[in-house]
Amino acid sequence: MRKSLFRILSVGPIPNHIAFILDGNRRYAKKRNLNEGMGYRAGFLSLMTLCKYCCELGVKYVTIYAFSIDNFKRKPHEVDAVMDLMLEKIQGMLKEESIVSQYGVRVYFIGNLELLNEHVRQAAVKAMEATSNNDKIVLLICVAYTSTDEIVHAARESCEAKRARVRSSGAREGNEEELKVVDIERHMYMGVAPDPDILVRTSGETRLSNFLLWQTSNCVLYSPRALWPEIGLRHLVWAVLNYQRVFPLLERRRKQM
Amino acid sequence: MGSSIIKSSCGTGGAYEELPEGLEKELMPKHVAVIMDGNRRWAKSRGLPVQLGHIAGRRAMKQLTRNCKKFGVQVLTVFAFSTENWIRPKEEVNFLMNLFEEVIRSDMEELIQNDVRVSVVGNVGGLRPSLQSLISSSSERSKDNKGMDMVTALNYSGRHDITEATKQIARKVKDGVLGSVEDIDETLIEKHLQTNVIEESSYRNPDLLIRTSGELRLSNFMLWQSAYTELIFVDKLFPDFNEGDLVEALTLFQKRQRRYGGHKY
Repeated sequence: MRKSLFRILSVGPIPNHIAFILDGNRRYAKKRNLNEGMGYRAGFLSLMTLCKYCCELGVKYVTIYAFSIDNFKRKPHEVDAVMDLMLEKIQGMLKEESIVSQYGVRVYFIGNLELLNEHVRQAAVKAMEATSNNDKIVLLICVAYTSTDEIVHAARESCEAKRARVRSSGAREGNEEELKVVDIERHMYMGVAPDPDILVRTSGETRLSNFLLWQTSNCVLYSPRALWPEIGLRHLVWAVLNYQRVFPLLERRRKQM
Repeated sequence: MGSSIIKSSCGTGGAYEELPEGLEKELMPKHVAVIMDGNRRWAKSRGLPVQLGHIAGRRAMKQLTRNCKKFGVQVLTVFAFSTENWIRPKEEVNFLMNLFEEVIRSDMEELIQNDVRVSVVGNVGGLRPSLQSLISSSSERSKDNKGMDMVTALNYSGRHDITEATKQIARKVKDGVLGSVEDIDETLIEKHLQTNVIEESSYRNPDLLIRTSGELRLSNFMLWQSAYTELIFVDKLFPDFNEGDLVEALTLFQKRQRRYGGHKY
């Protein structure tokens, strides 16, 4: 049934890139009287299912907000639990029978990776290398990420790059061109993907929480009430339908920018 | 809306009016931002020329400003014209520029007389000279006012705002005012954003952003500043957005605030 549903959707434009804020794992665990760790695990299962759907639908990029720099403020045991789970799942990605391998998912870890502990960071780097030849769909996992941190990083790099250009060309510093929007964009961590077409935040919250602020300027925002582990096919379909409705206007805007 | 006990409308800056039922003073957003979308659709749906939609929007904006002041909002920012709006028909753009001049001459003037601090963010240099001088004179004359801050985003783009901030910082690094590129951090960028016209730094980022006309996008408005802003999307077209709608949005905002107890993210 899913195949025919996706075929119908494919009559209209399919979003190239969907971003998700995975909100509600802890609330889900509470609701089901589970411990928090189980909430995150349920969340991970939802993520894999959603990736599968996106892949089948023809979406080329999926970005998720897995762990914000703000989340480091949580209680240490909570942070550790998430980090342990992440390590486990990243290592799992490297196995042949993982969804990542089966579905040809190329994985990127986006964020200030220096803030992660050594094990997680190394595993992440390994996973990026191991999947670099996969080409069916790209999964961008934002960890130790905030948009403002990303912009600061891009600002530093573009300033540095400009100075290097000036130095190497031997030109007098007063002659340099001023920084433009594209210069900042070029140095964003998220520069490996086009801007998202849809941003979905589960559990009914309508805030961006410092996620992809720069990139979601003309993105359709969708906030279903479902908690992240409860997200299903119908939410994806609804998001795509909404996207298709405003597509002509968004295309015009995009060409302007 | 329930029984509302609202006393005089445009009181002097600082005098506290009684709030409508259901709203709590402590949970009022300090900074409210509004994307005033839907003027053209409003006109089209009535078979009227778009210009009349903008005129109706002006009325709604006046009402919005009055109400925000009444409810004790400290900063109101409105998105009047985006860098992407230049693509509209020349006739409409000229009409809008004339309308903005008229608004500054009369509506803003009234606000200035009522202790409101008036300012504009955006690429003001890209506007016609007559509008530029009206903007600078109204900002100058109201800069010592102590009432609400009324900020109008004209020829504004969130991405340009961030890029301009970075440009200025790059210049400072070059000129040796700043030690090194490593000194660039979030606080520094924020200091250089156009919202630095708002004196009180804790009020610079909107607590609440309302977008009318049912569109679910930010459209390049205050991107950095909206990192933790509550977003409320209203179906009504802007000219129809009235006091009741504002109260509804504020009530929803307060309900959400109660749930998080100020949990920032």
